[in-house]
Amino acid sequence: MLYREAGQFKTSYAKDQAIFPILQDRVMLALVLVVAFVAVPMLASEYWLSTIMLPFLVFSLAAMGLNLLTGYAGQLSLGTGGFMATGAFAAYKLAVAFPEMNIIIVFLLSGVITAMVGILFGIPSLRIKGFYLAVATLASQFFLVWMFNKFPWFTNYSSSGVISAPPRAVFGNFFVTGSSASPVDKYLFTLVIVCVLALAAKNIVRSHIGRGWMAIRDMDIAAEIIGIKPLQAKLGAFAVSSFYCGISGALWAFIYTSSVEALAFDITRSFQILFMIIIGGLGSILGSFMGAAFIVLLPIFLSNAPTLIGFSMSVELISHLEAMIFGSLIIFFLIVEPHGLARLWQIGKEKLRLWPFPY
Amino acid sequence: MTLTKLTLAAVGLAIGVSGFAVTEAKAAEQFIPSMVYRTGPYAPNGTPFADGAMDYYKMLNARDGGINGVKLVVEECDTGYNTDRGVECYERLKGKGETGAAAFSPLSTGITYAIIERATKDKIPVFSMGYGRTDASDGRVFPYVFTAPSTYWSQASALVRYVGGEEGGMDKLKGKKIALVYHDSAYGKEPIATLETLAKKYGFKFSKFPVTHPGLEQKATWLTIGRKLHPDWVFMWGWGVMNQTAIKEAAAVGFPMDKFIGAWWSGAEPDTRPAGKAAIGYKSAAFHSPGPNFIVHQDIFKYVYGKGNGTTTEDKVGEVLYNRGLINSVFVSEALRTAMAKYGNKPMTGEQVRWGFENLNLTSAKLSKLGLSRFMKPIKLSCKNHEGGTPLRIQQWTGQQWEFVSDWIQPMNDVVRPMIEASAAKYAAEKGITPRTCN
Repeated sequence: MLYREAGQFKTSYAKDQAIFPILQDRVMLALVLVVAFVAVPMLASEYWLSTIMLPFLVFSLAAMGLNLLTGYAGQLSLGTGGFMATGAFAAYKLAVAFPEMNIIIVFLLSGVITAMVGILFGIPSLRIKGFYLAVATLASQFFLVWMFNKFPWFTNYSSSGVISAPPRAVFGNFFVTGSSASPVDKYLFTLVIVCVLALAAKNIVRSHIGRGWMAIRDMDIAAEIIGIKPLQAKLGAFAVSSFYCGISGALWAFIYTSSVEALAFDITRSFQILFMIIIGGLGSILGSFMGAAFIVLLPIFLSNAPTLIGFSMSVELISHLEAMIFGSLIIFFLIVEPHGLARLWQIGKEKLRLWPFPY
Repeated sequence: MTLTKLTLAAVGLAIGVSGFAVTEAKAAEQFIPSMVYRTGPYAPNGTPFADGAMDYYKMLNARDGGINGVKLVVEECDTGYNTDRGVECYERLKGKGETGAAAFSPLSTGITYAIIERATKDKIPVFSMGYGRTDASDGRVFPYVFTAPSTYWSQASALVRYVGGEEGGMDKLKGKKIALVYHDSAYGKEPIATLETLAKKYGFKFSKFPVTHPGLEQKATWLTIGRKLHPDWVFMWGWGVMNQTAIKEAAAVGFPMDKFIGAWWSGAEPDTRPAGKAAIGYKSAAFHSPGPNFIVHQDIFKYVYGKGNGTTTEDKVGEVLYNRGLINSVFVSEALRTAMAKYGNKPMTGEQVRWGFENLNLTSAKLSKLGLSRFMKPIKLSCKNHEGGTPLRIQQWTGQQWEFVSDWIQPMNDVVRPMIEASAAKYAAEKGITPRTCN
């Protein structure tokens, strides 16, 4: 009854092509943005901001990057961790080598560097597909992490191979890295970056570039016949995806943990992000956020839950329970809706349209 | 989406409730966080450490009613040796209790790196006992980090001194070959710079063998060591399952066990027992005694296990890592006691505990009062020196237990300390920190 677009007439092509053509969706999005930009910084505690919201945003960005590549362009990749590491180490080298460079430019440049690395490792995708490509990208995962571990130049000859973010401000006194940065500033900065990049991603997939990716995904020979160049489409997908992953890695190292070693981006990180997009929904920007929320927030909630409802149990039991419940929930969701949480949301919207008079 | 929202709401509610729990805390209770890993790939080594740390606090509470009448409230948080999980634990526990967390012992070099800046900002001491950032021993640059009683760099130099002694003099090291097998992470890389410096100084040939986490695959490493390189000595910076694998592989290529020395994190029962007979003769460094035959253990048996309140089983009391956890709690509780002597017998804030650490002076008289004489060497920290630089001993596995085979060995402070100060100065420059002055 509430969620019905009857009476909303589109009088121009621009209105018809809007990202959210339905008024209710726009209202909803505006509400979410108000909550994210105003309510959360005002109400959330430091614990909330720095250990729940920050990793959620950083992971959302990485999941979005992988979703562009795997969900939209159909190129299965296990190299996400390696690309995140590239972004993190590129940002560190840039920030330390050019202390006067603005942190936003540092992040963008580290994204560009990661994009170039992504293109390099995307070349095999021109010849191989599916699981074989996953194995080829796995090589990038191991190679990149090994490289950052092996050559001390990347860590400025730190004795332990750990990089730690130097203090930097976006403008004036608005510090986003280092010890003087407040969690609220870090959160807002990350939120702005994620929102801008999410808007860009949404528009890329609606443009001819994204449609080309989807054509390649659905059937590459047919796509080639209708005039989509696989080289540009596939390598473009690798570049854009790596750009997102690189910025996410830089945010991880600079804003979230503020110090990082290459080991933090090992193969489990790649799998974690792959699971995010599978659970959230392949080929959906919203799904990237949902998947990140599921994988990041749920374990933290599960490990906090027993003490909060008054059960006192040993920490190892909590950890084991956490793994068991988390695992069974993943299986549950994949059985209920194999296409991910985003598909559940879509079905919910369709039902809402008919409610309360379904036929 | 609805489910995601529900989860979000539930998490929100949960955080709100935990906020209330904080205000309910009663007076005269000192909150002590305990970061542990009883799960994950390193659980076999993390568990005895956590048990020892917990039992000592339990014993203080049962025997003395805490410290000077202030009861100790300890809460564990399982990190699984994951850095991001460790950060979550830190943020969760730092504000608990009346005065906040007393001190954090992250028990992971990666987590230590990640929380140094946060803890410095929150004014909570980080006590990384024999791990973490070695250059944090410079108290002028790292006022809130304590590395007592020793660091990886000191340990590496003490191992070289021991090897020199075994070879019949430091000059005999010339031309000898020493290999390092290390966990390829922040932890394992720490001793490399020191060993490279010492290799130049004493003229031995130093080779490095990184082992990828978790360290189950070392065949190629040990074939190179045993069949090609033939080093005179092998040092190991390993942790968890990597240690027992290395011992088995070393035995398989016939490397003599008494020339194979582990760091203090590579010399405990979970490392040698699974390797069986192969491990007999394997050595490791240590900064405290193994075994349950000290007065402090008698008190733990009497006041904790006697009342059925033990964290583990009685036969595990006195294992190497159990004792290491215990000594960790000794440092934290003695820092609290030192701080209370200045600020009064009430729960201490992180800043006051920091003062306690900095002015910690464990004389042999104090150690025997704590039931720890012969257990460890006296140690004194200062504003400038957060390490203390205790001498080390080499212990050897007999097949049943660990036994000391050397006397106390002094680390080479003349080599290590300038390296620490140079590295700390570099960190200060990178971070824009002005080092404080110490008198």
